[in-house]
Amino acid sequence: MSTSTPAPQTPEGRPTSMPPVGRVATKDRPHGGVGDRFRLWWDAQARPTQWLIGVPFLIFIALVPILNIPVLTTVGTNFGGVMAQFGMIALIAIGLNVVVGQAGLLDLGYVGFYAIGAYTVAILTSPDSPWNQTDEWLSKDWAWLAALPIAVAITSLSGLILGSPTLRLRGDYLAIVTLGFGEIVRLLADNLDELTGGGQGLRGVAYPRVGVTEELPNGVFSAGNAAGTLNSGVWWYWLSLVFIVISLLLVGNLERSRVGRAWVAIREDEDAAEIMGVPTFRFKLWAFVIGASIGGVAGALYAGQVQFVIPTNFNVINSVLFLCAVVLGGQGNKLGVILGAFIIVYLPNFFLGRTELFGIPINGNEIASYRYLFFGIALVVLMIFRPQGLIPVRQKLLAYGRELYVAARRAAQAATRSGSDDGARPGAPAVATASGTTGAARPTAGGTRTGESTTDGEETR
Amino acid sequence: MPLLELQDMTVAYGRIEAVRGISITVEEGELVTLIGANGAGKTTTMRAISGIRPVSRGKVLFDGKDITKMKAHLRVLEGIVQAPEGRGIFPGMTVIENLEMGSYARTFASKAEHDETLDRVFDLFPRLAERKEQVGGTMSGGEQQMLAIGRALMARPRLLLLDEPSMGLAPMVIQQIFRIVSEINAPGTTVLLVEQNAQQALSRSDRAYVLETGEVVRTGGGKELLADSSIKEAYLGVA
Amino acid sequence: MLGMFGQYATLMLLGFYPSGNAYDKGVALTVLYLGIAMLGGMLVAGGAAVGIERVAYRPLRRRGAPSLVFLITAIGMSFIIQEFVHFVLPKLTGGTLGGVNAQQPIRLVQPEVQFTIGGAPVTNITLVIILSALVLALATDMFINRTKFGRGIRAVAQDPVTATLMGVSRERVIMLTFLIGGILAGAAALLYTLRVPNGIIYSGGFILGIKAFCAAVLGGIGNLRGALLGGLLLGVMENYGQVVFGTEWRDVVAFALLIIVLMFRPTGILGESLGRARA
Repeated sequence: MSTSTPAPQTPEGRPTSMPPVGRVATKDRPHGGVGDRFRLWWDAQARPTQWLIGVPFLIFIALVPILNIPVLTTVGTNFGGVMAQFGMIALIAIGLNVVVGQAGLLDLGYVGFYAIGAYTVAILTSPDSPWNQTDEWLSKDWAWLAALPIAVAITSLSGLILGSPTLRLRGDYLAIVTLGFGEIVRLLADNLDELTGGGQGLRGVAYPRVGVTEELPNGVFSAGNAAGTLNSGVWWYWLSLVFIVISLLLVGNLERSRVGRAWVAIREDEDAAEIMGVPTFRFKLWAFVIGASIGGVAGALYAGQVQFVIPTNFNVINSVLFLCAVVLGGQGNKLGVILGAFIIVYLPNFFLGRTELFGIPINGNEIASYRYLFFGIALVVLMIFRPQGLIPVRQKLLAYGRELYVAARRAAQAATRSGSDDGARPGAPAVATASGTTGAARPTAGGTRTGESTTDGEETR
Repeated sequence: MPLLELQDMTVAYGRIEAVRGISITVEEGELVTLIGANGAGKTTTMRAISGIRPVSRGKVLFDGKDITKMKAHLRVLEGIVQAPEGRGIFPGMTVIENLEMGSYARTFASKAEHDETLDRVFDLFPRLAERKEQVGGTMSGGEQQMLAIGRALMARPRLLLLDEPSMGLAPMVIQQIFRIVSEINAPGTTVLLVEQNAQQALSRSDRAYVLETGEVVRTGGGKELLADSSIKEAYLGVA
Repeated sequence: MLGMFGQYATLMLLGFYPSGNAYDKGVALTVLYLGIAMLGGMLVAGGAAVGIERVAYRPLRRRGAPSLVFLITAIGMSFIIQEFVHFVLPKLTGGTLGGVNAQQPIRLVQPEVQFTIGGAPVTNITLVIILSALVLALATDMFINRTKFGRGIRAVAQDPVTATLMGVSRERVIMLTFLIGGILAGAAALLYTLRVPNGIIYSGGFILGIKAFCAAVLGGIGNLRGALLGGLLLGVMENYGQVVFGTEWRDVVAFALLIIVLMFRPTGILGESLGRARA
C-alpha cells in the first residue's frame, strides 16, 4: 500500500484533509472565482476594517439616485421612484431569503405577507376605511410610523397562523399550500368589501410627514414631491435603506447564531437534523415568522409610498417574481438577493423610454414590454449555467470556510513578516483515502454543488 | 479470456479515491468473492462494474470488450446484472412486477422462454411463488433478498453481481441465501459476490480478493484464504 | 395554453377560419373534426413538453440540481413560451395567431341540453368532456399500471438507481413522462375550449395549471388515481362553494379545501403510492 503524498497538515500540525493553502493543484483549489477571492479577503479583515469600508460604500449606494449617473439613471421614469421600488423589493427579497434560502422552505405565497403589511397600514390610516384610526388616537403626521409596528405584529401573527398547521408538510406540498395562502389573502382583500374596500382598494394611506415646507405642504414623502432630485422616491428609498440595514444586521446575527446553524441543518437534511436533536418545527416556524415580519415592513413601505392599495397588485405572479429575485441573486445569501431584487426591478425600467443605447437606436418601450420574456430567458440560462445564483452562499462549507479564513489570516500575517518559508509543503493535490474522509468532500444530496457531473442513475453517497 | 476484467481501476468520489488501482479477473463459470471491512470499496467496485459510478482511471473489460465508457443501462443488455446492496426492491410494485422488471432490458425471445425462466425462479424461491401479488415494500428482509436475486435471474445474466446479500438477515436465512447462490453458480452462471460475511462466502467460492481501503491486499482460492490465519484474525474473529 | 393554440391552429388548417360557427356538419363529421383538433392540440403540447425537457431540464439533471432550481426553470420557461405566443407568434403568422387578444372563437358544437339529472341540465358538451376525460384517464392508468413502459416509469420514480440496474434508460423514461403529460394537457385544452371558446389567449391556462397542480397534490403526488380523485373533488367543491358562498369565493374554497385536506393527510388523500420515504 503506497501513498505518494504525505498526509497534509494544518499549520498546528494536525492531520487534515484540507489542501494546504497556496500550494494546491489548480483542480483542487476552491473554485477560485472573483467572488471567492473577494470573500476570502473580506473575511480576513478585522471587524473595524469591515465597518470602515462598508459605511462609505453604503453612503455611496444611498446617494446613487441623486448623483444622476448617465447610463444608470432611467430615462422614461423617475429614477428615484425606481430606486424606491428597488428598496422595497430588496427588503422582500431579504425576508423571503430567510424562508427559502436559509431554512429551505419553498414559499410561493410570500406576497400574502406583503399584502397583509400593506393592508394593515391602509386599514388603519386610509379615510376610505371604516377602521381608520387617524381621527382618533393616531395623529395624521405620525400615523404611518405608528401603524408600522402594528403591521409588523399582525404580519408576524399571520406567519404564525399559516406556519403552525402547514410547516409539517414537505417540499411540493408546502409550496402549494403557501401558494394557496397567498391567493386566499388576495381574494379576501378582494371580497371583504367593508374591511378592505374590495376591488376599489383603499386610498389616501398615510405616510411620514417630514420636512413640511411651503412648496411641499405634505412633506418630502408625499406623492406631491415629484419633481427635482430630492423627490419623494429618493426619500422612500432612503427610508427603505434604513430598514434594509436593520434587517441585514438582524438576519446576519441570526445566521451566526444557533438559529442560523439550525436552519442550515434543516435545509440540508431535515430528517438528519431532527435525529440530531434539532427542534426543526420550532426553527422552521421562526424562519416563517421572521420572514413574514420583514415582508410586512416592506408592505407598509409600499402602502405609504403609493398611498393606494388594491388587491390586484398582490397576485401569484408577484410571488413568483420575488422568488426569482431570491434565486437569481443567490438563495441563502442576503446580499446576493439584494442584487437579484435590483435586477428584477431595474432592468425593465432601464429600457423604458430609452431611444438609444450606446449610439444604437432602440425602441425602449417595446423592449421594456418584453420584460417577462427576458426574465424567462435569463432565469433558464442562469439556472442551467449557474443555479446557485449570481452570488452563491457558502453556508454548507461553514467549517471549510473557517479553515480557509484561519489560513488566510495566517497567510496575511506571514506575508507581513519578513518572509521565512515554513518548511516545504507538499505541492501535489492532497487526496485522502477512503478511511480518512472528513466532512469536506462529502457530497451532499440536494446541495448546490455543480462541479461534479453525474451519469445516469448515479447515486451520490 | 476472463469474462470480467478490471484493469488498474480507480473510482473517485470528488477528490476521494474510494477504489485505487485494483485489478480483478473473473473467469466464466466461477464464483468469486470480494471481502473486506466497511468502507473498503466493495460496493463502489460493484457500482463501477455496473456503470452507475464513473471510473476515473483504468479499464473495465467484459468478455474482451472495453465497456469502461458504456452507459449503465446498456451494460445490462450485455448481460451484467446486479442485485444491489440493500436489495433495491421497488417498494410500490408486487413480486410479479418486480420480477418482470428484471427482464425489462433483456427481453425474452418467446413467451415459452419467459414462462420457463419464471418457473425456474419460483422453483429456487418457493416463498416468492406463494406471494406473487404481495407488494414489495411489505416483505421481510429475507424475502426481499430472494426477490432481488430472482429479479436478477429473470435477466438471464452472463455475470451476476451480488452486493452483500446477507446484510441484515437472520442467520438461518443467510444459510438459505448462500445455498441458493451456490445452486445458481453450479450450472455455470458466473457470480461475483461481495460480502462481509467472510466465512460463508469464502467456503463456497472458487477464488476471492480481499479489499482494504480501496486496494486489493490478498487474493487466492476460497478455501485457501479461509484457512489463512491472518485472514481469520482480521475477518473471521479469533478462531 | 399551447394545446389550445394547437387545436385552434389545426381547425384553422382544416378550413374553419375565420368563420365563427360551424354547427351543421352532422354528428359523425363533428366528432371527426374534434378528434383531429384534439390530436393537433396533443401534438403541439406534447412536442413542446419534450422540447422543454430536452432544452431546459436535462442539463439541470446532469448537474444534479436541487428541486427549487427546476421550479425556477419551469417558471422561466413558462414566461418564455407565454411571451413567445404574446409577441413573436403574431409576427410569424401575420397576425392570425397569438397577440394580445384572444382568438376569434371557432364553435363546432352548439351546447344543447340532452337531459337533466336531478334538475341539473346536462349538455352535449358536458357529455363529450366527461366521456373524453374518462377514456383518457383510463388509457393513462392502463398504460402506467399494465404495460412494460409504464412499469419502467414507476421503477424510475421509486428507485432510479436500481431501475438503471434493470436496464431502464432514465433519460428515455423521463422524456416519455413529459410526452404523456404534454399530450394529456393538449387534450384537456380542447375540452376546455369546448366550454370556453373565447379563452384562447397567451395568458390562458395559467390558473388552470395551478389548479391542476393543486389537484395532483390533493390526491397525493405520484398517485395517478389520486390525481383523478383530486381533480374531481376540486371541481365539485369549487362549484359548490360558488353556490353556497358566492362566485367570488370560488377560488378561496378551492385553496382552503386544499389546506384543510393537507393538514389532516399530509401526503394527500390517497397518499403517495410510489413508496417514496419522503416528499
